[in-house]
Amino acid sequence: MSNKTKTEGNIITALFRNQIFIPIAALFILALFNFIVDRSFFKITIGPNSDGNPVLSGNIISIIDYGSELAILAIGMTLVTAASRGQDISVGAAMAIAGSVVLRVLCGTNSRPDELQAPIIVAFIVCCLVAMAFGAFNGLLVSVFKIQPMVATLILFTAGRSIAAWINNNELPVVNDKTFSIFGNYIPGIPIPTPFFIALACFIIIALIMKFTNLKLYIQSVGLNEQTSRLNGLNPAFIKFITYVFLGLCVAVAGFIKVSRFSTINYSVTAKDIEMDAILAVAIGGNSLGGGKFKISASILGAYVIQFLTTTLYKFDVNSEALSAYKAVVVIALVVLSAPIVREKIAAVFKKLRSPEKAELKS
Amino acid sequence: MQAKTLLEMRGIYKSFPGVKALKNVDFTLHEGEIHALMGENGAGKSTLIKVLTGVHVKDSGDIFLKGHIPVQIRSPQEAQNYGISTVYQEISLCPNLTVAENIFIGRGKGAFVSWRDMNRKADEVLKSLDINVKSTQQLASCSIAVQQMVAIARAVEMDCNILILDEPTSSLDESEVAKLFKLMRDLKSRGVGIIFVTHFLDQVYEVCDKITVLRDGKLVGEYEIENLPRVQLVSKMLGKELDDMADIKNDVPTFDEKKSEIVYEAEELCSTEGIKPFNFHIRKGEVNGFTGLLGSGRSECVRAIFGADKVTSGRVKVDGKPVNIEKPIDAMKQGIAYLAEDRKRDGIVGDLSVRDNIILALQVKKGFFKPFSKAEATKFADEYIKLLDIKTASVETPIKSLSGGNQQKVILGRWLLTHPKYLILDEPTRGIDVGTKVDIQKLVLKLASEGMSITFISSETDEMLRTCSRLLVMRDRKLVGELKGDQLTQNSIMNTIAGGEQE
Amino acid sequence: MSQKYLTPAKTRRSLLGNLSDTNLLMSITIVVFVLMYLFAIIVLGSGFLKAQTFFNMLNANAALIILACGMTLVMITGGIDISVGGMAALVSMSSAVYLDMHSGSVVGAILISLGIGLAFGLVQGYLVAYLDIQPFIVTLAGMFFARGMTTIVNTNPFNVQNEAFVKLKETRITVPFLGSYNKRGEYIDAYIEIGVIVALVVVALLFVFLKWTKTGRNFYAVGGNRQSALMLGINVKRTTFLAYLMCGILGGIGGFVYFMHVGSGSATHASGAEMNAIASSIIGGTMLTGGVGNIVGTLFGVLSLALIQNIVSSIGLDQAWWTGITNASMLCIFLIVQSIIIARRKKANLSSSRPAEAKGVKK
Repeated sequence: MSNKTKTEGNIITALFRNQIFIPIAALFILALFNFIVDRSFFKITIGPNSDGNPVLSGNIISIIDYGSELAILAIGMTLVTAASRGQDISVGAAMAIAGSVVLRVLCGTNSRPDELQAPIIVAFIVCCLVAMAFGAFNGLLVSVFKIQPMVATLILFTAGRSIAAWINNNELPVVNDKTFSIFGNYIPGIPIPTPFFIALACFIIIALIMKFTNLKLYIQSVGLNEQTSRLNGLNPAFIKFITYVFLGLCVAVAGFIKVSRFSTINYSVTAKDIEMDAILAVAIGGNSLGGGKFKISASILGAYVIQFLTTTLYKFDVNSEALSAYKAVVVIALVVLSAPIVREKIAAVFKKLRSPEKAELKS
Repeated sequence: MQAKTLLEMRGIYKSFPGVKALKNVDFTLHEGEIHALMGENGAGKSTLIKVLTGVHVKDSGDIFLKGHIPVQIRSPQEAQNYGISTVYQEISLCPNLTVAENIFIGRGKGAFVSWRDMNRKADEVLKSLDINVKSTQQLASCSIAVQQMVAIARAVEMDCNILILDEPTSSLDESEVAKLFKLMRDLKSRGVGIIFVTHFLDQVYEVCDKITVLRDGKLVGEYEIENLPRVQLVSKMLGKELDDMADIKNDVPTFDEKKSEIVYEAEELCSTEGIKPFNFHIRKGEVNGFTGLLGSGRSECVRAIFGADKVTSGRVKVDGKPVNIEKPIDAMKQGIAYLAEDRKRDGIVGDLSVRDNIILALQVKKGFFKPFSKAEATKFADEYIKLLDIKTASVETPIKSLSGGNQQKVILGRWLLTHPKYLILDEPTRGIDVGTKVDIQKLVLKLASEGMSITFISSETDEMLRTCSRLLVMRDRKLVGELKGDQLTQNSIMNTIAGGEQE
Repeated sequence: MSQKYLTPAKTRRSLLGNLSDTNLLMSITIVVFVLMYLFAIIVLGSGFLKAQTFFNMLNANAALIILACGMTLVMITGGIDISVGGMAALVSMSSAVYLDMHSGSVVGAILISLGIGLAFGLVQGYLVAYLDIQPFIVTLAGMFFARGMTTIVNTNPFNVQNEAFVKLKETRITVPFLGSYNKRGEYIDAYIEIGVIVALVVVALLFVFLKWTKTGRNFYAVGGNRQSALMLGINVKRTTFLAYLMCGILGGIGGFVYFMHVGSGSATHASGAEMNAIASSIIGGTMLTGGVGNIVGTLFGVLSLALIQNIVSSIGLDQAWWTGITNASMLCIFLIVQSIIIARRKKANLSSSRPAEAKGVKK
């Protein structure tokens, strides 16, 4: 093989090998699929919204809009998965709690007040504290009581929505405030939905944290080899704990955005099944669900892949409940392909294909 | 009167990728014989056992049972069918089941369980072996010693004729060991052949009839116990002939104790890992070593120093000031560094890059908010790659793709990077090529001359003789001696390790 | 040397120490249940003295009992199956559609239910036992697949009109001597539904299976220590596969019993059933880590949850969210208790084998 083709081969292999290739490939496939089936999928129009401001709308816009909460959650879920080798399935219920807290602070005891009962910033801070407290609860069960993450978070999964409803005495408060609804909809004069900017801000913050602290090294170390981490001075239990608290913060932001969209909440429906999507996002991002190395940017892209998939399926008039069946198939396919036993078999098959002479000699 | 041969293994060869574990090994076992199988790490003991019990399949060689029947043993089930029972070091029983269940599960005909019959039969077996436990008791609530006995009871109940005991005494105390030996003698009188794999010299001499020694995958020899004094046994295991050793003396310049302050000092230090409380100190620029056979507690001592195991008692001073070292970060902050013995479990973080592995300890020491820039980290990594001649494609390569020797160098680089006051090296030369072994020993001496205190543990005593000015000798988890100056010869090391009567 | 088999360190907990983990945890459950029932009788009045109250708990939860039994089997081997609720919904909807839209027979519906359960069990069992994929992921996908398929089978919920089926559903089995007087002074016999008989038969069969068959005992061995089970000659893969297969079939049976109770098909049926099944098993003394658990305990676990629901509604509290909270709290408490018991046993084991003081060195 000539040198030139060798280097070309190397670049392509390098690209293939990079983890972030997986979600990019997925995005590409989805885009291609939609392009072939119906080009108008990608149409973006600009028109006035209910307030008279010009805003962009279209499938692509809805992907980056509704994908925001998911992308924010994917950040926290990636860290939790990497450090504790398991997933947190309570994020949907926790988002309900977070949203409920926001509404409670803003509406007080009256479920339809004319004015805000507290500044929005206070509502946000309280919601963060509450969500982080629940994250700490999960973190405690996992790091101190050594309960498997999925089972430990099962508790909040079961109780979360009940707690959310209780916070507002089972009522459905509605916030009547233009400023509040900006967060989930549009800033007047800016045609791109606000959640996208909030998500962007989160991406930037996590990127800064990654750059200016040792978070990535610590978490990867703990997730890959707890013993060695301990012998190098780390405290694995604490690190695992912190990832759950951080996920709680992500839940708070996502929950805040969610209630801001409609200025109200529906305890059993809001953020339903988002935990599945978040786990999928992490997996599609090429991160191992068994912990260890991770790449947050890949998870974020994975989140948008999921959202893209959802939007595509909606376009084909798939019932929102039937959606989960399709997603389930994708998950199984992904997981089966990444199972070590399956990988070995595939590798063995490839080996045979590559050196048929050896195979012939054997037979 | 020659007892009947139960087992003959002839010319056994077994290789794994890159390693020849067994080379032309023979082994013979007679009826009613307790036969010790001994050898240091990597000698091939466990591979030989696994070949016999069907966990591994031999590459070539023959196995004969009952004198003349050639057999192929391809799985644990087949070994069991041939009457070979094994009790592993790690208790291979289910803690949540009762004693009786553990004895009978996984075998026997029929789909249904008769608890009454099972308990009765179990009680019979337990009684016949003088094991004092009710068959209905849950295994988890029994002491480890009893659990070990139950494992043996299972083996016996299966009516085995060959019983393999792999390190059965590591979790037992004196009285429990005595019980085990009584059991073994009972079985012996019934004609069972017992293969006893252990590191404990005293126990071998107490209960065994014969000893087979393996070294580096080859058979060193089979001996009657009366004909092999302890010192000779030790020398055969370590590969040094007694006569040669008299001349090899320590050639390190004597360390002048008066000129140097004590850097680290510990009194009655004890951990949860079963070593007896010990006292230890080391001075600035001194190189000391812990020697003794595998399993004698060397690693446990240094792990207690570093806080790697849970420390239960002891007073520690660093540079004269009392300090509390309960976990690794405490030790690191005091300037202590520890290169662990088990590289795979405690040393490398497999999927991380060479660079990340090198900077890990220093990074943790520096703190969460002070990450090294990629450039800084690469600089550090390059420095030690060069210094230690680490062969790696780049700093980004995941450490798991490096050879064992190079991995070890990376971990060594990691701890050297922290510029410790006191560096503990536990088997740093294991799995490293000869040239690098010498380099590491030279490095140790250089660092010591620059003022670093070093503890050096190695299974190769000549390495330690070339670098250490003081040796602490361990036997059976207890510190039994300290050798300095003129005492630092192979001969006296052997003697101190062997203990007991001379010649 | 004294021949006592209990060393001094252990005698102080000899009473509890002689109980196996399984029996200890189950005893706690039964005691708690009885205490709660007494509390209900004393504090909440005569309603709880009626036998029918108890029978109603059985009637309403017959399906859950069966599902929880399947869950217990899988948990004993150290795994988990979150798809049982989805299976139940799918079975209900499929049977409903078959009966009403395809004029099927009741027997046919039963066969369909068993078939669905069998299919799930086979696929999930294969993926977990032979491809070594994490059970949580496999069964989570299974759950989403089942729920999605339910909607695909038929979008809207509806009540079944099929005569034969309705007759079956309405069948009441009278329990003699335990009737009570209603408000009008009429004597009404106590009754139970057919589903309860099925559930009790299932419980009895599984009890026999787990206690008296070798295969059943193998479940415990595999859950207790997988590696040891292998060394002891047990076919671990086959045993694990069998557990999931049985859970699947029980999912089919439980699904049909559920269908008999509600008489309709709906995508929201059995929502949360899997979590209830898990909670019931855990409360009944089954440990997540495997190797410990029993059917009778699970039965009481289900009854405990049902009792709480009853107590809650008798007090007049809002059922929906209070139940969620109390279930979650019970689950949390039991999980923590389990982890403490295990930690204690581990410590006691270590300390009784390695006394801290020095032993004499042999001369």
